[in-house]
Amino acid sequence: MRIAAIPLFVATLLLGAMPGLGQDIQVGEFASMTGGSASFGQSSHNGTALAVDEINAAGGVLGKKIDLTTEDDRSVAGEPSTIVRKLISEDHVIAVLGEVASSKSLEAAPICQENKVPMISPASTNAKVTQVGDYIFRVCFIDPFQGKVMAKFALSKGWKNVAVLTDVKQDYSVGLAKAFQDAFTASGGTVIKSVDYSTGDKDFRAQLTDIKAAHPDAIFVPGYYGEVALIAREGRQLGIKAPLLGGDGWVGESLLKIAGHALDGSFFSNHYSQDDPSPVIQNFVKTYQAKYGEKPDAMAALGYDSAKILADAITRAGTTDEPQLRDAIASTKVFKGVTGDITLDADRNATKAAVILTIANGGFQFVQRVAP
Amino acid sequence: MIEFLQQLINGLSLGAIYALIALGYTMVYGVLRFINFAHGDVFMVGAFAGFYVAPYVLKLSNGNPSWTVMFLVLVIAMLACAILGMVIEKLAYRPLRNRPRLTVLITAIGVSLFLENFGQYAFGVDPQYFPDLIGDHAITIPAWCGPLQDLTIMVSQVLVFAVTLFLLILLRFIVTRTKLGMAMRALSVNPLATSLMGVNNDVVISFTFGLGSALAGAAGILISIQQPSIDPLMGLQPGIKAFVAAVLGGIGNIPGAALGGIIIGVIETLVVGYSDRLHIPSGYRDAVAFFLLILILLFKPTGLLGRVEREKV
Repeated sequence: MRIAAIPLFVATLLLGAMPGLGQDIQVGEFASMTGGSASFGQSSHNGTALAVDEINAAGGVLGKKIDLTTEDDRSVAGEPSTIVRKLISEDHVIAVLGEVASSKSLEAAPICQENKVPMISPASTNAKVTQVGDYIFRVCFIDPFQGKVMAKFALSKGWKNVAVLTDVKQDYSVGLAKAFQDAFTASGGTVIKSVDYSTGDKDFRAQLTDIKAAHPDAIFVPGYYGEVALIAREGRQLGIKAPLLGGDGWVGESLLKIAGHALDGSFFSNHYSQDDPSPVIQNFVKTYQAKYGEKPDAMAALGYDSAKILADAITRAGTTDEPQLRDAIASTKVFKGVTGDITLDADRNATKAAVILTIANGGFQFVQRVAP
Repeated sequence: MIEFLQQLINGLSLGAIYALIALGYTMVYGVLRFINFAHGDVFMVGAFAGFYVAPYVLKLSNGNPSWTVMFLVLVIAMLACAILGMVIEKLAYRPLRNRPRLTVLITAIGVSLFLENFGQYAFGVDPQYFPDLIGDHAITIPAWCGPLQDLTIMVSQVLVFAVTLFLLILLRFIVTRTKLGMAMRALSVNPLATSLMGVNNDVVISFTFGLGSALAGAAGILISIQQPSIDPLMGLQPGIKAFVAAVLGGIGNIPGAALGGIIIGVIETLVVGYSDRLHIPSGYRDAVAFFLLILILLFKPTGLLGRVEREKV
């Protein structure tokens, strides 16, 4: 039995080792499908998969279908490098899409750069991600911009004394906190208190009691939805009335379910608003809802755009070979995505507008759009 | 001063949470000399059992939270966890009873991973909102307390504290005053001798696991009322902290587990709350707690209340 299996095994190895034999274009995706930030991974994956389905239904690119291989990094540090190596060496992908969380993207980026496989992150906003090398791209804005948007917004509301509560385990949170602080103090605001917590914490009363004693006008919490919801709840219980401010990490299905009314009157910056009346967005919302039965959040929209931009670049390059594909992605100009017109700048970051949303009546409401 | 008192309350409430979970750890260790690493995950299952049962129980009371609702959900979750604990013991640990300790320890880690991943599959990966069973609110502090009125104490915090204290006394009673408790203590000293004396070791061990897991279930409900966000990985972090608390207090010693939990909770809270005045970044709070553990174990290897081979269980 064992001996009989060997030729089959060898045949599989040989087949697997011959890229280009298959008719499909192999594209890899890594996402947190399970674990602490699974809401991000599942949303961005749904968006990506929807885009790939649409592309294939329309005849694919260069006459070939796109075959998307998705790997789960379980929201665990150390996992992205393993699965991205697997995608590159075993699945022979021509490009990698992912991740949402900046810490995960920062782990995978050096591997993609080293193997000269273009990587497009849908939603990692930490500035360092694309600095890894010229094969690393993203379709979202970066934290220095997002931090500036929220800093300006806080000052325009007259909130001059702000406390910052950072998640020290997330590069995203640390980077956004710094960006906010730099922009805020440069424009005349004061950060009167700066404290931190770690991903997975459930008790924030110690930090919040410390913050409360400083009497801030607002509290900037650049964390992820799971913790932010509890921070808001416990803060209100301790009698903190100041509004909370945050970034795109707040977007998660469970944010409002857990926070209840604790986040009412708080503000955060995001990549897009699903209530935006623009036909591109409403069309996307409709097809997404028909497929998954729920409205797409920002991560889904960015996942969708990342796949569409890759397909567009393959078409323009006319090949999936390097460095032509890399150059085609880098020269993306005014691509009409659902998250806005995407132009990749010299640093391979997308320059586009951010939206500010507020929380009221158990939902997100559009406040304003801030152009770069 | 008020701020310090508030931090002390925060610390005590966090410590009570660790203590509540640590009780189950220490209980199983006391009898079997075995760390049940799946304890934190049984705690998670308890929370989810409550999560799924709560809507039905709430319906009985027309959707109004009350102490009766909480009590019913608590009992159901404890029962579910007790059964789960006994099943785990029977399927995973009993076949390995005469194998080296390390084998059982690794199996416990396996059970823990299984529960975490099965939980993600069965319950979904996103955090869920745990319904408010008691109508949690801040306790109104009477006017004559003056500035103390600014303190915030939640009903749920007092509840966790009270239940921990109650379970502490109840466990002491079971272990020292009942026949089954006597069998547990005897078994912890010499399993062979107890079986020669006519004690059915399987029943005693099964009961110990059931009791330990029921405690985890109770912790799952009470903590979820206070921090109403539950997910399949929620048992990881408190599980480790509670384990450290149990070791700090002297593993196998029931009041020690409670004391260890309180100490860790208060120290963590004070380090975080006064991080800029102490010049310790608040991210180092675990380091401070674990450093303390090392210090205590250096000078008192059996933990704070652990006495060598006396009053174990």
